[in-house]
Amino acid sequence: MLQIKDLHASVEEKDILKGINLTVNPGEVHAIMGPNGSGKSTFASVIAGKDEFEVTKGEILLNGEEILELDPEERAHKGIFLSFQYPVEIPGVTVTNFIKTAINETRKAKGLKDMPAAEMLKMIKEKADLLEIDRKFLSRSLNEGFSGGEKKRNEIFQMAMMEPKLAILDETDSGLDIDALKVVANGVNKLRSPENAVVLITHYQRLLDYIVPDFVHVLMNGKIVKSGTKELAYELEEKGYDWIKEEVKA
Amino acid sequence: MSLKDKFISSFLAFEDYLDDDSPIHDLRNKAINNFELKGFPSKKEEAWKYTSLKSLLKADLSLFPKQENGVDFKEVKKYFLHDIDTYKIVFVDGVYSSFLSSTTHEGMDVCLLSAALSKDKYKSVVETYFNKIAKEESMTSLNTAFAKEGAYIFIPKHKEVEKPVEILNFYTGSEVSLMLQPRNLIVVGENAHIQIIERHQSLSENAVLTNSVTEIFAEQRAMVDYYKIQNDLPEASLIDNTYIKQERDSVCSIHTFSFGGKLTRNNLNFYQYGEHCNSILKGITILEGKQHVDHNTLVHHIAPNCESHQDYKGIYDENSIGVFNGKILVEKDAQKLNAFQQNNNILISDKATINSKPQLEIFADDVRCSHGCTIGQLDDEALFYLRSRGIGQKEAQALLMYAFANNVLESVKIPELKKRINKLIARKIGVSLGFDL
Repeated sequence: MLQIKDLHASVEEKDILKGINLTVNPGEVHAIMGPNGSGKSTFASVIAGKDEFEVTKGEILLNGEEILELDPEERAHKGIFLSFQYPVEIPGVTVTNFIKTAINETRKAKGLKDMPAAEMLKMIKEKADLLEIDRKFLSRSLNEGFSGGEKKRNEIFQMAMMEPKLAILDETDSGLDIDALKVVANGVNKLRSPENAVVLITHYQRLLDYIVPDFVHVLMNGKIVKSGTKELAYELEEKGYDWIKEEVKA
Repeated sequence: MSLKDKFISSFLAFEDYLDDDSPIHDLRNKAINNFELKGFPSKKEEAWKYTSLKSLLKADLSLFPKQENGVDFKEVKKYFLHDIDTYKIVFVDGVYSSFLSSTTHEGMDVCLLSAALSKDKYKSVVETYFNKIAKEESMTSLNTAFAKEGAYIFIPKHKEVEKPVEILNFYTGSEVSLMLQPRNLIVVGENAHIQIIERHQSLSENAVLTNSVTEIFAEQRAMVDYYKIQNDLPEASLIDNTYIKQERDSVCSIHTFSFGGKLTRNNLNFYQYGEHCNSILKGITILEGKQHVDHNTLVHHIAPNCESHQDYKGIYDENSIGVFNGKILVEKDAQKLNAFQQNNNILISDKATINSKPQLEIFADDVRCSHGCTIGQLDDEALFYLRSRGIGQKEAQALLMYAFANNVLESVKIPELKKRINKLIARKIGVSLGFDL
């Protein structure tokens, strides 16, 4: 589904990603872990098409198609979804209106008509229930005054509505208490299918107890320096990142 | 002959032609003298530093249409808020159109200034209120000199006007380079409520310059909500001079929506004479091309325990120019005041300009005054967020502009009007979002 080959990216002439290779197949969950400043969030943003970053080398293929030239919205239309580490507040636009706009704009891009209102409402209700979101919450302004947990839950709600092929969750666990984490993880797990894939970007192993990855990769200094299975996450939790640094040096 | 000289000689002919018994005869003479003394405002004056009338005054403007011009209802229907559900005072090229209007004398007067000036029964109201708070400023004086037509609204005490009043000025453009001087007098009695919508609309590409003066008197506990819709054609310009005198416990708001026109100057002047007054001034300005809008506000706090709130949002694209000059003047006795002023601007293009100038003059020592001004671009992070959800760049920008203007739009109290403005904004920024705010 996703093939990343020798990806280099920089911001203001500073190299951040220095040759990432990653292949994600349908049905898989990959976790990307790494210390602060290793390039995790940049990696997520580059896949989603943020133009602040300049891709200097390499390619990103989605189902065999090169997507580096595509705008963020075009990538979204092709099924890429990024759950933001820091979702932006948009006063005056309700969660419901926002998600309706997002879905109908995506449908329009695919040559489909707007989703009928009744169907939309039913879907909103279903997905809100899945994430234990209060109905009142949906008529509030997007992310405005939301707690950290509410913001993250709202991100996963949007993901549930958009039904992406590839979901990238950037530090979705940060700022969540254990109950909220379980709700969010449960939501993500219910959305998993053999046709879609998830890339989890996280600092801690905690989330991986609830969303179990097929593969764990360690990103350090702009490169994936080690890959393994979920056991690698435990090892990192226990020993930190220093031993990998040593290994890389050696 | 200069335009100024031309106007002064027109005045002599105008006075000859009018009835000398008019209660405002002396005021007119005084006003033309004042105009003669001061002339047109120039950029040398502090209050006109960022707005020049030069290019407008180059045209050979004439003050009176040569003939009466009619318009079809069909042609102008879209500019009305409602077919039936409002009172309407409509002027075509400065002349009252009874055909398009819907006035009343039942328990209140919603009618014409010309009628009020000529009939005995209105004499005392005219003498009490007319030109009593208008400044002796040159454009206002020019209007006073030629004042003969406009809206006259008198709401007696305790009357709640059940539907909005629309004051509409249409310009047919059948005369080249017309300059018009509409004059409105609005008296809202004790504990009376009224909502007013004012609009100037040109119907052809011929240039028109409107120099409008509106005086509003809000008696004790009166409530006045005034909405100005400025979405005119590219050759139409407007100088709006509005004066509001507020008595004790009155609440007056003016919302100004500036989307169209060539040059628009809004002079809003609020005078708080009684305690516990509240003045609300809000605006949304969205400009492009070479449009120029200048908001020049004054809130004059004279009595104690009052409030004022100013909130202006501007979005400027291409070569457009915006000005916000907001003055808060607090007299020595106006203690325990709460005055708030905010002006936020977004520049979409590198060539757009905003001049934002708060001006606070405070002579009382126990007051709360705050002002803030921001000038920025649309937030890139927010744009990326919206686009990553499949919303195209143009729509994402529009959504952020909506969000930016939202708290001003939210305070529009007439739902139908709010919807209408939503549509105007959507059309202005070239997208339809499929929902209203």
